Formats: sequence, structure tokens, C-alpha cells
Amino acid sequence: MSELIRLTAAELAARIHSGEVSSVEVTRAHLDRIAQIDPAVHAFLHVDTDGALAAARAVDEDVAAGRPVASPLAGVPLALKDVFTTEGIPTTCGSRILQNWVPPYDATLVRKLREAGVVVLGKTNMDEFAMGSSTENSAYGVTHNPWDLDRIPGGSGGGSSAALAAFEAPLAIGTDTGGSIRQPASVTGTVGVKPTYGGVSRYGLVAFSSSLDQGGPCARTVLDAALLHEVIGGHDPLDSTSIDAPVPPVVAAAREGAAGDLRGVRVGVVREFSGEWYQAGVISAFNRAVDVLRELGAEVVEVSCPHFDYGLPAYYLIAPSECSSNLARFDAMRYGLRVGDENGNSAEQVMSLTREAGFGAEVKRRIMIGTYALSSGYYDAYYGQAQKVRTLIARDFAAAFENVDVLVSPTTPTTAFPIGERVDDPVAMYRADLCTIPANLAGTPAMSVPAGLSEQDGLPVGLQVMAPALQEQRMYRVAAAYEVARDRAEGGPFINRVPELEVAR
Amino acid sequence: MPNISRDEVAHLARLARLAVTEDELDMFAGQLDVILQSVASVGEVAAQDIPPTSHAVRLTNVFREDEPRPGLAQQQALAGAPAVEDGRFRVPRILGEES
Repeated sequence: MSELIRLTAAELAARIHSGEVSSVEVTRAHLDRIAQIDPAVHAFLHVDTDGALAAARAVDEDVAAGRPVASPLAGVPLALKDVFTTEGIPTTCGSRILQNWVPPYDATLVRKLREAGVVVLGKTNMDEFAMGSSTENSAYGVTHNPWDLDRIPGGSGGGSSAALAAFEAPLAIGTDTGGSIRQPASVTGTVGVKPTYGGVSRYGLVAFSSSLDQGGPCARTVLDAALLHEVIGGHDPLDSTSIDAPVPPVVAAAREGAAGDLRGVRVGVVREFSGEWYQAGVISAFNRAVDVLRELGAEVVEVSCPHFDYGLPAYYLIAPSECSSNLARFDAMRYGLRVGDENGNSAEQVMSLTREAGFGAEVKRRIMIGTYALSSGYYDAYYGQAQKVRTLIARDFAAAFENVDVLVSPTTPTTAFPIGERVDDPVAMYRADLCTIPANLAGTPAMSVPAGLSEQDGLPVGLQVMAPALQEQRMYRVAAAYEVARDRAEGGPFINRVPELEVAR
Repeated sequence: MPNISRDEVAHLARLARLAVTEDELDMFAGQLDVILQSVASVGEVAAQDIPPTSHAVRLTNVFREDEPRPGLAQQQALAGAPAVEDGRFRVPRILGEES
């Protein structure tokens, strides 16, 4: 195994930009790793070898000619969740209905990656249309967690999180509607960030729940996530909900945090995020992480956010409602699958037959729940009430942030669960999002940073750090300080504890 | 307390244009019932005077200059179509036999 794949994105960028190693060499090392290991992990749905090498060559030419590189991450490879449109490269969203669809345009996020010289290796597996917490809802097979191949890598962005933990890519992109960046990060021992809603453009992000969907960076270190955050963030006139304000100074915050001094920082522990659904090993790892924050000088207090308990039910009304509307676009007419266009079948029959054949069970469940919640007679009791809960949760956050700088909690109540354990129990699956959902409903930023292993099962636990809207720098600083202290105590980078995978021959 | 019957699931599936199978009706009837019961607690919150939030970040009307810019070319727009005829989307008949 090439030593290059173990390096961080920041280290790779430094070596590439100094000419010590070429981006083509780095890219080939990762493509080789994917060829060797992905038959066992199945993180990727599509690998774009030619496109990746061409992008790498362009960066190498800049370096050789002494031209300034396009960005601090120019030449560094990345794994892209298959929910962003890529011109000329298949985009499936993990769904049969978009099998072989090749979009005619790039998402804004993809354009920014290309302009920054980031090397897109390929598209990663995901729960169909980002609906799920395990990547088992993909129409193209499950992704395996590199820490234990019999367990889930989280979801919906399990392909991206597994690619990082398997050293197939040092950077990845996810999307987080109810936790789909943070929960996969938590269960794979990687870093995942959901920016403030509107912080990263949604143009070209295939819509699931438009008022909640948010793209964000995934990496193995806090600094790498920050570097990627600054590449993909910022205002986009093509997304009318995009925030017209500068990207928060997250790279500077990550570097400041790495100095390991949190004196003067007030940290709130959310009281509501504990109880019967939480594994003892998760709670004890979380408590140890809070102790570390205290040792770094932070002032830790307990905070109550009483309406957070209503986040899960509100989310599982709002997201299905918006998805039932958004997924109406898959009508078998303009793109994607068409089934049953024969025997004089009408457009409506073809539409129904196509959607039946093209959507998986979870997508159908959510479309029907949304159809129900939006029907007249039920609207006020379900959707209307859920939108009010959203206001109450935003108020809980606002009240908490009057007294503390950041909030912390476990990222998800359990470690990675076995593949198959929750597929027939949708409500048990939904509980994986218990701690991540409030930030989506309030639109505030939050991230997951690895908090060591659970003493119960030896699997990674995530520390969630939440901040007020557009105050991402606060959580990056705390996460970076924690990361340095954690690695110092363990005598090396946490991710190196992931077991060596059998390499296919 | 919601109680979703098999017939109601069939009705929802029809509204959502999903030609579900008989087996699916059995499965979904049970599952949708459990899901709706688990989310019903949103009704417990006394929220009469609470305004709804639909977007987390307050934005008022967003405008941009009304300037023409290139869109998709015909070939690009048709590239992913399931059926094309004479440079257009070919679709099944829209009107039912009875109309």
C-alpha cells in the first residue's frame, strides 16, 4: 500500500505544490487503492479514472510551470456523493430510476471543486435519494464499514464515509438533511460537517427535502474538512436560498484550535441527548471527550433544550412531505427510467409503473407518508404542527447560545450496527438521527469529530459540536483542539486504528 | 391515533402514482401505521401562538437582473429522455380511453 494514501489532504497538497510528488502519482495511488479494496468496501458507484488523471495532470502542469495553484487543495483527490450532478458522468442518487442518467450540467459545488483543481475520483454510494441511515437503501448494494465489514458505514452518505476510512480518498463530499454527513462520520471514525443552511449551494444537488438539504465537507481531520469547506462554500446566485455573506473563517479556526487552548470557551452539554436509546459505550466515550474539553480549559455547563425531543417526529413529517413533492419530478417523461410504455398504456399508467419499478421501499414509504401529511384534513395536525416545532427548536438553540458558545452531544446514539439489523424496522432506523436532526430543523451548523472507541464494542464514537448560524469557526476551533488532545493521548492519529483490510489480488 | 388501513394505503399510492403490489400493500399498511404513530407526538406541543418556520435562515425576496443567459441546447435537454421523436420528448397518450 502506497504511503501516499495515509496522508492528510493538507500534507498531500503541500507535497504536490512543492513538486515533491505529482498529483498524478497521488491520484494513481488512490485509484490503485480503490481497485484493490473497493470490491470489499463498495464505497464507489462510478470511478472516473480518465477525468481524475486529466484533472491531476492540469495541476501538475501548473506546478511545473511555476504558476500559482488554483487553490490550497489543488491536486488532492476527492470522493463525491452521487447526489450532485456531474456533466458527462453518471449521477444515480443510489436509485434505479436514475440508472445510467448522465446529467447535462455540473452542480455549483462540482464546478467549484473543478475550478479549485480538486481531483474528483468518482461518485460514492448512498441511500436512495439520501433517505436512510445505513446506505442499505441503495439500489446498487450495501457499502461496508472499514472498521468491520459486516457493519453499516452510516447513511445516507455511507459511500463517502467508507471511502475516507478505507483510505480510498482523503476528502469527500456529503449532504446532510437529517444527519447524513455527521452520522456516517461518527460510525466510521471520520470528520463530517453540516454547514449553516444556505452556506453551500444546492444548485445541482438533487433535491430530497429542500428546506433541510445541505452539502458539506467530509475528511479524516478537522483541518482538511475546513480547507474543503472554504473551497465549496459561498454565495451562489443560482440557489435562491444561498446566503450572501462571506464563508466563515474555518481554516483559521481549525489552526487556532490545534494550539489546544480552549480557555474562555463555554461548552453546553445538551441534557436531552441521553436516555434509553443510547449505548453505554457511546455515553462513556462522550463523557471522556467532555472531560478532555474541560482539561483544555473550556467551561462546561449542562443545558436544556426541551423541544429537541420533538425533533425526530417533526423531521419525519417535514422531510417526507417535501420529498413527496420533490420526487414528483420522476415522471418517466424527460429523463430516467420508463417502464410499461406499451399496449396503449396512458402517461399516468406509465408514470405509476415506472415509479413502482424505479423507487425502493423506503422512498415509497416516505412519499406516501408525505402525501398523507399534506392531505387536507391532516395538514394542520401533521405538517403545520411540525413547522411550529421547528420554530420551538430554533428558539431552544437561540436560548442556549445566549449562555454558551457551542453545544456538544454524541453524534448518534449507537456505534455502527450490523448490516441488516434495522432494514425491516423503519422507526429503529430513524433513531440513528436523534441527535443530528435539531440542527437541520434550525438550519444551524454542526459537525462530528471522532471521540475514540466505545469500550463496549471497540467501534468509533462521534462527538457532535453545534454552533449558531454562520458561526462555524466556533465548532471548528473546539473540534480541532479536541482532535489534537485525543491524538496526543492515543499516541497517533485516531484513524490509524482502523483495521488493515484484506487486499484483493 | 392514526390508523392506516390497507385501502388508505392503496389510495395514497394512487395519489403518489405508485403502482404498488398486493404484497406491498400489506407491508406498507403495517409500517406506515407505526411510522405515523411514532411522529404523532408533534401534536403534544402546545403551539397555538407559535409561527411556523419553513426556512431556517430569514431571507426575503431574492432577485437578480433579468438578463438572458444560455440554457440547455436541444440535444442536451433530450440526451437523458427515455424516448425521443423528431427532436422532441415522445410521451405516452395523455387522455384516457374513456375521455
